[in-house]
Amino acid sequence: MSSPIVPQDDEARRRRQRRNNIALGIVLAALVAIFYMLTIVKMGPNVFTQRDL
Amino acid sequence: MAFVDDSKGYIATAGGARVEDYVALLKPRVMSLVVFTAIIGLLLAPGGINPVVAIIAILCIAIGAGGSGALNMWYDADIDAIMSRTANRPIPAGRVTRGEALAVGIICSGFSVAILGLATNWVAAALLAFTIFFYAVVYTMWLKRSTPQNIVIGGAAGAFPPMIGWAAVTGDITLPSIVLFLIIFLWTPPHFWALALYKQGDYGAAGIPMLPNVAGESATKFQILLYSIILVGTTFLPSALHQAGWLYTVIAAMTGTSFVYLAARLYRSHDNLTMKKVARALFTYSLSYLAVIFFALLVDHVALLAGWIK
Repeated sequence: MSSPIVPQDDEARRRRQRRNNIALGIVLAALVAIFYMLTIVKMGPNVFTQRDL
Repeated sequence: MAFVDDSKGYIATAGGARVEDYVALLKPRVMSLVVFTAIIGLLLAPGGINPVVAIIAILCIAIGAGGSGALNMWYDADIDAIMSRTANRPIPAGRVTRGEALAVGIICSGFSVAILGLATNWVAAALLAFTIFFYAVVYTMWLKRSTPQNIVIGGAAGAFPPMIGWAAVTGDITLPSIVLFLIIFLWTPPHFWALALYKQGDYGAAGIPMLPNVAGESATKFQILLYSIILVGTTFLPSALHQAGWLYTVIAAMTGTSFVYLAARLYRSHDNLTMKKVARALFTYSLSYLAVIFFALLVDHVALLAGWIK
């Protein structure tokens, strides 16, 4: 079966949106990393020290 | 394909923007100057800061500046379309809708202030919020279109970043950080008036009351010379306040002399061609001048700390 004919404009638009989505994903991942690192720094050097309960 | 026709008549394709267009909304070139001066303010401040927190603080200042840039482009799309320097910006070129620019501006501004407050302190965050408000509302929405003194007062927005960097470390506003503010504040008028002198046709067509269009070329050239002299005088304040040593003082004297010399040459230029040539030279020189002054402050500071100079 032949592949569906996609108008040139729509194809370019889809590619552009895909790039935008990837960029947005990177921004969100960066935000997660920032909040994670900030939390670790704010909790101080003892954050990884195991304490007896 | 869907088209969005917004209130000011710019037609942009919905979802048609590329990543680069959104980046352009953040005015990366202005952002680079903001980042540079903020880093210097942060490094000159007494006391210490966790390097991770420092990087996050600089990132927040950069994104905050970008947010205010996007808000500026959202509001100024009508005049940007008229001026050759700005006609290819994402909104007038039809690549981004005004609504998208507004959303980018608000999101970047809000997030940068909140994260800066959480990462460092709320004095720095309040200063960043005030800077964004000053640039987007006081300068863009009010002063820019109403007074030829627009960039004198509006220049304060560009002068705050080293103070924010400083406050991120110390949590306060002190005289040395105000001196850093003053240097950029006084540098802004001669820098932008030099640009306005050789681009005055553009500003006139857009109806922006820049000094050359309102007060004339002679008055502008005089004001440039006056501000240049005051600016160069101000660059010696760090030395007078024992913030900087002889190395900085020598560099400030040498580069300042060239700045005033160019401003004086501009003041004495009479024919249109020479005036535009010298104005362009002063505009270009002023960019590297500010970078050299701030870099010299840092080098001098490091050299003093390391005991290389006394």
